[in-house]
Amino acid sequence: MNDTFKITIDGKEIEARQGQTIMDAADAAGIYIPRLCSHPDLKPIGSCRVCTVVVDGRPQAACVKPVMDGMVIENDTPAVLQHRRNIIDMMFVEGNHFCMFCEKSGNCELQALAYRFGITAPQYPFQFPEKEVDGSHPDILLDHNRCIMCARCVRASQELDGKNVFQSIGRGFHRKIGVNGEKELGDTDMAVSDRATEICPVGCIIKKRVGYEVPIGQRIYDKAPIGSDIEEVHP
Amino acid sequence: MSKPRVATTSLAGCFGCHMSLLDIDERILQLIELIDFDRSPIDDIKHISQRCAVGLIEGGCCNEENVHVLQEFRKNCDVLVAFGDCATMGGIPAMRNNIPLEECINEAYRDGVTVYNPKGIVPDDPEIPLLLDKVYPAHEVVKIDYFLPGCPPSADTLWAALTALLSGKPLDLPYELLKYD
Ligand code: SF4
Ligand code: FES
Repeated sequence: MNDTFKITIDGKEIEARQGQTIMDAADAAGIYIPRLCSHPDLKPIGSCRVCTVVVDGRPQAACVKPVMDGMVIENDTPAVLQHRRNIIDMMFVEGNHFCMFCEKSGNCELQALAYRFGITAPQYPFQFPEKEVDGSHPDILLDHNRCIMCARCVRASQELDGKNVFQSIGRGFHRKIGVNGEKELGDTDMAVSDRATEICPVGCIIKKRVGYEVPIGQRIYDKAPIGSDIEEVHP
Repeated sequence: MSKPRVATTSLAGCFGCHMSLLDIDERILQLIELIDFDRSPIDDIKHISQRCAVGLIEGGCCNEENVHVLQEFRKNCDVLVAFGDCATMGGIPAMRNNIPLEECINEAYRDGVTVYNPKGIVPDDPEIPLLLDKVYPAHEVVKIDYFLPGCPPSADTLWAALTALLSGKPLDLPYELLKYD
């Protein structure tokens, strides 16, 4: 049985394979679909919805939706872009994102998406919620002000580190990342060498004592927008 | 034809954005060919003297006076530009926004470790503008037409934006000039 077929993204026909997600197929064809919770080493969970595309008229999360023969997908249309921008804006106003002193600035995927979308200010009122900072671990800082609840850390700890350091707790606006320990991160078996330490897309989980190591101008997203690496595959 | 007038102000900011404006260096000579400054810390004019084409706002609003100044700018400028992270998102001053105002005041004037204030007096002279409950970005107080984030926005960003605005071109910042830090 032939398990490769064609799908169409924004009018362009591309090759897809049975078992791929829309995001996998698009990546292989050099088409970037913005994303936050998805990470190449983790099982996708489709939670942030930044990767929303319209498939045969219906919104779907590209990181989890499997490809099917003949699918017609909209990725780069004004409506889809606006929807993604709304989500990014919400993430900014629902947290406390002080980029000017954040150690992740320049390497932050949320910030990089905002740059790619040309966002100069969010459309929604800022919430300035009260959040905790957990500095109890000797080598790792957990700053909930910046968390976007992508659950990458939860999955990385389980899937890649064989531990279970993080869990999402609470509901709705009060949902947050909790740690499986007496009280704080320092009470868990988290190690600075864990994959969960470096997998956070924002500055919520950061290594201590390495901040601002890379000079401005040489950080990942200083010169080229996020996604350029994928788009370079097939210019 | 008279040159378009540009007014600038620093509200709840640190003047860093104005310093960045001065960082356009010798391009300031080109700038004064293009515009006249009205009210601005650069010339120390205290109130807007006539209709301005562009108003540049550094800083958000942390007290009453900031709100009055911002309203004066909105009333007298055709185009208002919020520049810098404090103006566009509250910035460093907004770090107080999730701490109750009373706690902030107590920490600053009564309980702070370096404070000597045996009578526990909190400044309340009518000359001192009243603090707002929170620090607000400029666009949550008046309508803002353009935003230039950055802490501060680079001189190149400000130059690109100003020259585009003054020549009626669309304000399309190249990727490297849109930064939040
Ligand atoms: S801590 Fe980081 S990785 Fe974990 S959910 Fe929050 S943003 Fe995602
Ligand atoms: S990347 Fe697909 S839902 Fe987050």
